[in-house]
Amino acid sequence: MSEYILCLVLFCIGLYCVLRKRNIIKIVIGLGIIEYAINLFFILVGYRTHGRAPILAKDQAITNMVDPLPQALVLTSIVIGLAVTALIVAIAIRIYDKYGTFDISKIRRLRG
Amino acid sequence: MKILPIFVIIPLGCAFLISLLGKKIRNFADILANLGTLSLLVFSLYTIPLVSIHKIIVYKVGSWMPPIGICMVLDGLTSFMLVMVNLVSFLVAIYSISYMKRYTDKYRFYILFMLMLAGMNGIIVTGDLFNLFVFLEIASIASYALVAFGTEAEELEASFKYAVMGTVASSFILLGIALIYSYTSTLNMADIAQVLSQKGTGLIISFVAVLFLAGFGLKAALVPFHAWLPDAHPSAPAPISAMLSGVFIKILGVYALCRVLFNVLGVSSKILSILVILGVISMVVGAFLAIAQRDIKRMFAYSSISQIGYIIFALGIGTPLALLGGLFHLFNHAIFKSLLFLNSGAIEYSTGTRDLKRLGGLNSRLPITGFTGLLGSMSISGIPPLSGFWSKLIIIIAALQAGYFGSAIVAILVSIVTLAYYLKFMGFTFFGQLDKASLNIKEVPWVMRLSMIVLAIICVVAGLLLIPILRPFLDGAVNVLLSGNSYKDAVFGAIK
Repeated sequence: MSEYILCLVLFCIGLYCVLRKRNIIKIVIGLGIIEYAINLFFILVGYRTHGRAPILAKDQAITNMVDPLPQALVLTSIVIGLAVTALIVAIAIRIYDKYGTFDISKIRRLRG
Repeated sequence: MKILPIFVIIPLGCAFLISLLGKKIRNFADILANLGTLSLLVFSLYTIPLVSIHKIIVYKVGSWMPPIGICMVLDGLTSFMLVMVNLVSFLVAIYSISYMKRYTDKYRFYILFMLMLAGMNGIIVTGDLFNLFVFLEIASIASYALVAFGTEAEELEASFKYAVMGTVASSFILLGIALIYSYTSTLNMADIAQVLSQKGTGLIISFVAVLFLAGFGLKAALVPFHAWLPDAHPSAPAPISAMLSGVFIKILGVYALCRVLFNVLGVSSKILSILVILGVISMVVGAFLAIAQRDIKRMFAYSSISQIGYIIFALGIGTPLALLGGLFHLFNHAIFKSLLFLNSGAIEYSTGTRDLKRLGGLNSRLPITGFTGLLGSMSISGIPPLSGFWSKLIIIIAALQAGYFGSAIVAILVSIVTLAYYLKFMGFTFFGQLDKASLNIKEVPWVMRLSMIVLAIICVVAGLLLIPILRPFLDGAVNVLLSGNSYKDAVFGAIK
């Protein structure tokens, strides 16, 4: 149970970081923390204590095994997260070129 | 039946080939992108007779049986959405041939455009929840990059804002999928519906529904989650604004939300009433913010929020008539909002500005743009024989029948406000005094005119979709939403 609570705490830290921080690089890091919290949660869903890999073997009765599907899905989700992070960091660098600052309170040409 | 994977393979293959050869061969990107979208349009039109014969077709990816493998589903709603997306994307691709000459690296634009199209078509055809998430991310990432395509300061800022909010929305959706998986141990949509009907829905499913509402609602720009849209849509190049406002928010937001809520989780009266409230708030807030705008594209972007409000309101009422009105309005809005964004692109192309205060009297210089813009504006504000009138009328009648009197009156009033700001748009751009600076401007190239004229014609004749011969196209989509939980029986029936 405690690992789920820690996972929620991690998610909240990420959300706080996105909502409250002014530096756009810190916001990108916050997004990464949110993604990892959810990936961790997904892995925990499939985890069994003292479970083993679900590989069929002769004369072995497997009683307790870890669900492999969430791990495969999280692998996909990590790759997607990497793509998003790379794109946002690239945009952040271009923003720095144009505005000369990373402070979002100074990057405000769009209004209304 | 191998037609379903084609909708993902063609755009992905085009994107790959363009990225490989687009720089080396001149005009290769233009030709391939247009051929690709044309073939997609033909295939999507071919799905209409298929659906009317077979009702539902399931394609097993890699011939794995669906609860284990991934499946793709073709039913009435899928076919309806495919026709809408591929029609708009084909016309937008034609328009881009001339319009995108303003930008460098035109072939890169087509790569991203095709990737976005692959993502959207994938969302529509897939029958697997995690697969839906992956396609949603493909479409979203391509759209973040397309919003920043001009790499000016404002565009980068808008793209950053959009990317941050979009990523948070995707995280909510992934969290919802993780919770559903932990409860049902399956990711196939039909199988989830089956497990839920045996196991019963508890508090966790309500929580998942709220997560999906927040995630897909953010993609659809419903009002509490709308802040990114008025920045992102105007910043993109005009063809992309037309795609984003015309179909993107509907597929990623409205379609995904409908499919998951109506067919998989099952709707309760609580969820429906939340949809009604969000819809009414969106249409009021969007309309009033639109009046105050000076930038043409920004006004249209707020108008999109308002019209999405109409659609969500109609879906929330949930009666057959309301669903018909909602889906019909979805189709009409895709057509006239793309038309209006293409008009704004044409105005910007010839005059170089989008500021309402600096335009005027363009009707004498841009007659085709002016006339198609007039048709689009009148259609969206609901002037009788045009398509927007019929869909709004159906929504309002359905609201009155279902007893939502207050909301129906609000919908009528918002429609008047809509007319007001489109009259403002027409008055400031096409009528009145011609500015001296714009005396020697010319009408836009013929390919741009062609796609605007085709869209305007569809605007005029789309009301015919309600006559009995063409009705099955809309009814098929409505029946899928109405059938609700029996979606799983249809899918499992088609597998055997």
